[in-house]
Amino acid sequence: MKTILVVGNGMVGYKFCEKFVAKEESKQFKLVVFGEEPRPAYDRVHLSEFFENQDAKALEMAPAEWYTENGIELIVDERVADIHRTNKTITTAKNREFSYDYLVLATGSSAFVPPIKGVEKEGIFVYRTIEDLEGMLAYAAKIKAKNPNAKAAVLGGGLLGLEAGKAVMDMGLEPHIVEFAPKLMPRQLDSRSSQVLQLKLESIGLNIHLSKATNQILGDDGYITGMEFGEDDVLDVEMLVVSAGIRPRDELGRSCGLEVGVRGGIVVDNKMQTSDSNIYAIGEIALYNQMIYGLVAPGYDMAGVAVDQIIGLTETLMPAEIDMSTKLKLIGVDVASFGEPFMPAAKGHSIIFENKTQHLYKRINVSLDGKKLLGGILVGDASDYSMLHQIYLNGMPIPEDASQLILPASEGGGSFGDVMDLPDGAQICSCENVTKGQICGTIESGESKDLADVVSCTKAGTGCGGCKPMVKDLTEATLKSLGIEVKDSICEHFDLNRQDLYKIIQVKGYNTFNEVLDNHGNGGHGCELCKPVVASLMASINADTANKEYAIQDSNDRFLANIQRNGTYSVVPRVPGGEITPDKLIALGEIAKKYDLYTKVTGGVRIDLFGATLNQLPLIWKDLIDHGFESGHAYGKSLRTVKTCVGSTWCRYGMDESVSFGIELENRYRGIRAPHKIKGGVSGCIRECAEARGKDFGLIAVEGGWNLYLGGNGGATPRHAELFAEQIDNATVIKYIDRYLMLYMRTAKPLQRTAAWQERLEGGLNYLKEVIIDDKLGIAEDLENEMQTLVNKFECEWTQAINDPEMMKRFNHFVNSEEEDDNLVFVPLREQKMPEKWV
Amino acid sequence: MTIISDKYKTVKPEEVTVWFKAAPVTAFPKDGGACVKYKDLQIAVFNFERLNTWYACQNLSPEKQEMVLSRGMIGDHKGIPMVACPLHKKTFSLENGENLNSDLDPIAVYPIKIEDDFVYVGFSE
Repeated sequence: MKTILVVGNGMVGYKFCEKFVAKEESKQFKLVVFGEEPRPAYDRVHLSEFFENQDAKALEMAPAEWYTENGIELIVDERVADIHRTNKTITTAKNREFSYDYLVLATGSSAFVPPIKGVEKEGIFVYRTIEDLEGMLAYAAKIKAKNPNAKAAVLGGGLLGLEAGKAVMDMGLEPHIVEFAPKLMPRQLDSRSSQVLQLKLESIGLNIHLSKATNQILGDDGYITGMEFGEDDVLDVEMLVVSAGIRPRDELGRSCGLEVGVRGGIVVDNKMQTSDSNIYAIGEIALYNQMIYGLVAPGYDMAGVAVDQIIGLTETLMPAEIDMSTKLKLIGVDVASFGEPFMPAAKGHSIIFENKTQHLYKRINVSLDGKKLLGGILVGDASDYSMLHQIYLNGMPIPEDASQLILPASEGGGSFGDVMDLPDGAQICSCENVTKGQICGTIESGESKDLADVVSCTKAGTGCGGCKPMVKDLTEATLKSLGIEVKDSICEHFDLNRQDLYKIIQVKGYNTFNEVLDNHGNGGHGCELCKPVVASLMASINADTANKEYAIQDSNDRFLANIQRNGTYSVVPRVPGGEITPDKLIALGEIAKKYDLYTKVTGGVRIDLFGATLNQLPLIWKDLIDHGFESGHAYGKSLRTVKTCVGSTWCRYGMDESVSFGIELENRYRGIRAPHKIKGGVSGCIRECAEARGKDFGLIAVEGGWNLYLGGNGGATPRHAELFAEQIDNATVIKYIDRYLMLYMRTAKPLQRTAAWQERLEGGLNYLKEVIIDDKLGIAEDLENEMQTLVNKFECEWTQAINDPEMMKRFNHFVNSEEEDDNLVFVPLREQKMPEKWV
Repeated sequence: MTIISDKYKTVKPEEVTVWFKAAPVTAFPKDGGACVKYKDLQIAVFNFERLNTWYACQNLSPEKQEMVLSRGMIGDHKGIPMVACPLHKKTFSLENGENLNSDLDPIAVYPIKIEDDFVYVGFSE
């Protein structure tokens, strides 16, 4: 068995492993991977997301177990120090020796730090690894504590520099970008597009300094205090992130005598072979065509070529020309360039559309005969990118008036080009090298039935994600061409989705399930899927309680309690914000004792009483109501709890009264029916004891108000809530949550939590901010009014039920007997009881 | 432990020997069900008003042997009238008791007749 050693476990090193294990031939090799970082490979492209959630795991390309499961030995936290080519061995920094048959160098690059005087001072960082980010975060917190208005600069206005600028801004520091060139992103953008980008970035708070050469870094006691450009030209900053380019990590290759380029990088041929035929180099250390390719897609291609070459598929070669097209979202701004972005006038004509007020710029370069698209640049709106890129790559014909390709539809532009017109060989996902033919093929063969299948079968869209809209369009068009209807209708009885039904019920004012079904259904009689959805919609719109039409309610809503595995129920009274008087606590205990109920504090820190029979439910509720309790709606797709820490009421660290505000919020949104359950959290300080960022809406008290986080949840796919607004007062919090929840109730799918809804919302968090904060759609007032109506109409369902003899009828196990279910068997458990085990 | 499900056997209309007068029609929700006690049996009875038909089946869910089917939602799957168990949404045909979305044993179904606004369940003894 031959041994392959991979040096470097970054994105490209990982991709080598992934492509390797996918090959049948890989079984004849042993693969060992070395990484110098303490964790397995992660997605460096999305590094700035680490600031939003500080979740290193979420960025992982694959968990450590993946390597084991695939028979790969992964050695992290151990740098390879030397290569001995004559006896084909390497030694690590821990002085361990390994021998190889093939060696793959994927050591990537490091940040280049220019030799400026004073660059060694404290407070100066590079932007490359999670450890770099952690260092920046800790330092930023320190300087912010001393000076809340602290400034930080980023040296370098290229792609990575702007990413770093976002990171700095997210840390709450005043961000400054310092660039040597007279424009931002000098490699990708022309002057005009660069200006448009600059205007946009300035409008969101970035300070930009162009044509600045840094003479020296000023400091005090070894800590950075500023940057000096000229004699009287000084920028005071307390932190600096250097992002002035990358340098290949080619030191291993140099020390063992491999051929290297003048400006660094290990020379490779189109087999990815170095000057030693047993040694390959891929990714950002590989010097191919006298170029270092700093993008992920070519790196992934190189990994694929190296895999094939090593296992003997020697016909796979790196193409001579490499597509450097790229589309990304920089601080929420779309930026894309493809083909030849800057083109001399001798080679063709440029068509430019510019709108500085809306921060839009589009340029396409067309051949002199007007028949071919050669390249282009898009800033502000890159929605045309995928199509333009495909037209360019495949040399597809373009309309006679090429301006139609980029003009807004209202100004004569049209929807030129349909995804289905692309040739089968068109590469849709450049990260994973997936063609249109592969995507359509997996659907045509029946292997994939929807978008999720296509993604898991082909891996398309799992890299940078830029091609996702196109993959979706292709999937839908192919399904449609096969006569398969693509719909997200709620079940076989309706051709409508939840959002459509919402509008219909609202406009028509329907009050019963049959009205909705008879007027908009497919002629059937409903089922367990559509009935609860319509029930929930009518409740959301008309503020009905679940007592209204109980036969269409889901099991739990029908009996206003949570059915447990033996058919008995559990009862959870509302304890807003978790605050409870001793008398009420005693009452709960006495009621539990009276009905012999198993008692437990729930996962949502409320008190749950288990083992109530149908007949007992109204009796228990009456006792609870007599002691001042009401329904806790633990059974509904509605607000559960607003979890609070004790806050400034008692806590010596508290910044605000989290309990008082939590109670107010819980009482405000109680009982309101939504697509799924909703939870809230309020923490009195950044220690976050209420775990508010794990909730649908969460608040953290900070100096000057509340920080509002939206769209978090625990459950099967945990997600941290995203920071939505900072330092806002109580009234603004309520206003935003009103709007947010109402928008969610209007547009989510059935049983979709806010987290999943928000994640799939087109335009993401920025769109949400535009709708909720800026009222872009002009619906904010409607949303608030609708919510206020629901709040005003709140009624305790338990009280309603026990006071109405007609409603009470359903709480009997038998219609013709007062007896209880004789099938129930309980067994003792730690001084309480539980249902007999299932057989 | 006795296997309770043995007590429930489908009764065809022509096999009925006893029509048990269970309860007035008003005791049952429209397009929903309730449970009837007959000797030591629990029978789920459904008023499928949209079809103007009544159905009856065992109250025992064959999945986990719990007495819950009468509390399930009813409707149709591809035209077959069905009840969905409230525990895990297993669906059963109300016409022949067959499990529609999994491979559980069928449930027993019983004939129903309505006379003078009263619901009668048919048993064979």
